Amino acid sequence: MNRKELLPIQLIPLGDKAVVLQFGEEVSEGTQSKIQAVAHYLDSHPTPGILEYVPAYTTLTVYYDPWILSEKGKKNPYDKVVGILQSALSKAKDDHKANGKRLVEIPVCYGGAFGPDLEEVAEKNNLTPEKVVELHTKKSYLVHMIGFAPGFPYLGGMDKRIATPRKSKPRAVIPAGSVGIAGTQTGVYPLETPGGWQLIGRTPLTLFNPEREEPSILKAGDQVRFIAISEQEFKKQVKLHEH
Amino acid sequence: MSIKVIKPGLLTTVQDMGRYKHQQEGVIVSGAMDTFAMRIANLLVGNPENTATLEATLQGPTLYFEQDQLVALTGADMAASINNEPVRMWRPLLVRAGSTLVLKNAKHGCRTYLAIAGGIDVPSIMGSASTYLRAVFGGYQGRSLLADDMLSCHESTNKVAALELKLTDEAIGNWFSQPNWTLEPQSYMVYEDQPVIRAMKGLEHDLFKESSQEGFWQSQFQVTAQSDRMGYRLLGQSLLLSEHKDLLSSAVTFGTVQVPPEGMPIILMADHQTTGGYPRIAQVIAADLPKLAQVQPGRIIQFKEVSLQDAHALYLKQEADLEQLKSALSLKFTKV
Repeated sequence: MNRKELLPIQLIPLGDKAVVLQFGEEVSEGTQSKIQAVAHYLDSHPTPGILEYVPAYTTLTVYYDPWILSEKGKKNPYDKVVGILQSALSKAKDDHKANGKRLVEIPVCYGGAFGPDLEEVAEKNNLTPEKVVELHTKKSYLVHMIGFAPGFPYLGGMDKRIATPRKSKPRAVIPAGSVGIAGTQTGVYPLETPGGWQLIGRTPLTLFNPEREEPSILKAGDQVRFIAISEQEFKKQVKLHEH
Repeated sequence: MSIKVIKPGLLTTVQDMGRYKHQQEGVIVSGAMDTFAMRIANLLVGNPENTATLEATLQGPTLYFEQDQLVALTGADMAASINNEPVRMWRPLLVRAGSTLVLKNAKHGCRTYLAIAGGIDVPSIMGSASTYLRAVFGGYQGRSLLADDMLSCHESTNKVAALELKLTDEAIGNWFSQPNWTLEPQSYMVYEDQPVIRAMKGLEHDLFKESSQEGFWQSQFQVTAQSDRMGYRLLGQSLLLSEHKDLLSSAVTFGTVQVPPEGMPIILMADHQTTGGYPRIAQVIAADLPKLAQVQPGRIIQFKEVSLQDAHALYLKQEADLEQLKSALSLKFTKV
């Protein structure tokens, strides 16, 4: 319970159909946890006219339909949405256990053809490739937000000892499932795209599939852990997911 | 029940009102660029507003009808004709089997909507029929139409049964028929060549230099050729921050005007990414997004500042007009 901390949150209009809840300026697990508390509250209390929300590093943006909230033009839609959100802020409970924080394990085959830049990342940081893999799999990472592309997680918490600048020349194609490093960030590409990340491995998991009931494996607020697997295990898992 | 694509046009996609509830998974909303024209097209053929339609861009498709079909065209004027006879937009249109509908280049406006009574039969993915071009799903096989594609259609609703009967009768000996009524002119948009686009101050408006703030609201911007369903890239006065500031990525929306470091603003459109990290100088109001969606590349626009209260009043008025249109149409459908 963190009711006191949840209350002084700024509500800022993003145009005439969305409101940004600004949870201060600090990027942290604490901030994400508060954002998730409000998101969970909105999930469990659906209100007509509240369409959806998007969590990010320090914000939760809530989209609304002014026509429905105004009861077809009879009321002020902004007063209505602010009322609903203030009530959500005052009632949402910042409680990790109750909110069911998930740990998602992502198997990764490091190096070789799947991670062509593993050697470069190791060299630039004066480490062995084995040490890079060890440091990358040691920590758990927080999903601060999903954006840029369907199912693409913005992960926080990478060990600074393996931070590596982007490639000077971006690749035209990065295969889906690639795990990479860009500066102090690490991430997984759900779909094939161009990009400049240093690729250190690949996961056999399909992070995003529009045909699945839950299309994206990851959601903001999740904890992620990378698990090193062999090439043989990678192939076995790919076969498994094909069926 | 199908329609064959003879020529696909420049960019013709299946769109409804968009894919909601999945932006938190990084899935864009998509949907019609001009939802106002798109919804009216559906209402004219007795469909629920959110039914899948075709959106044609700048140069429309040529479509062959294998079966009698009630349709309606709204949005940009693409000099629509059937077997060389001009047809009217903004009113129902009964196309006879064996006829070919030709849409040419957009004269006024940029995007034309074709609604088919019953709707186009495409799978609903994540709650929407809209085409997500970059992720290759939704709509017709996740892509824009190509020659020889076959569109199948659902059965039309009972609402328009009487109208269909009457128009089918009147079409005997002809390629098509249309009722003699149309919508009141004020109930749809007139597409100006140099529209004023109303907007609210954006979240980072005050971080811009005063001269840039002034320039944004007082000078004109050209919609460049590098403009598409994702965003309109504008050309005009360079807009600069008073001091460099790194912003954390957060959600953006249809109509957000963001400014990358080189200073030329981009208006995010229907296929915008869900999140962004550039400073947002303004936000186009919801009521003016349909007007903006109809601006052709090369045209000039000018922004005008309005308050949130005014933005809501204008939006509610537009929705109220649509409600009124709905009741007027149901009267027209029953009093055939």
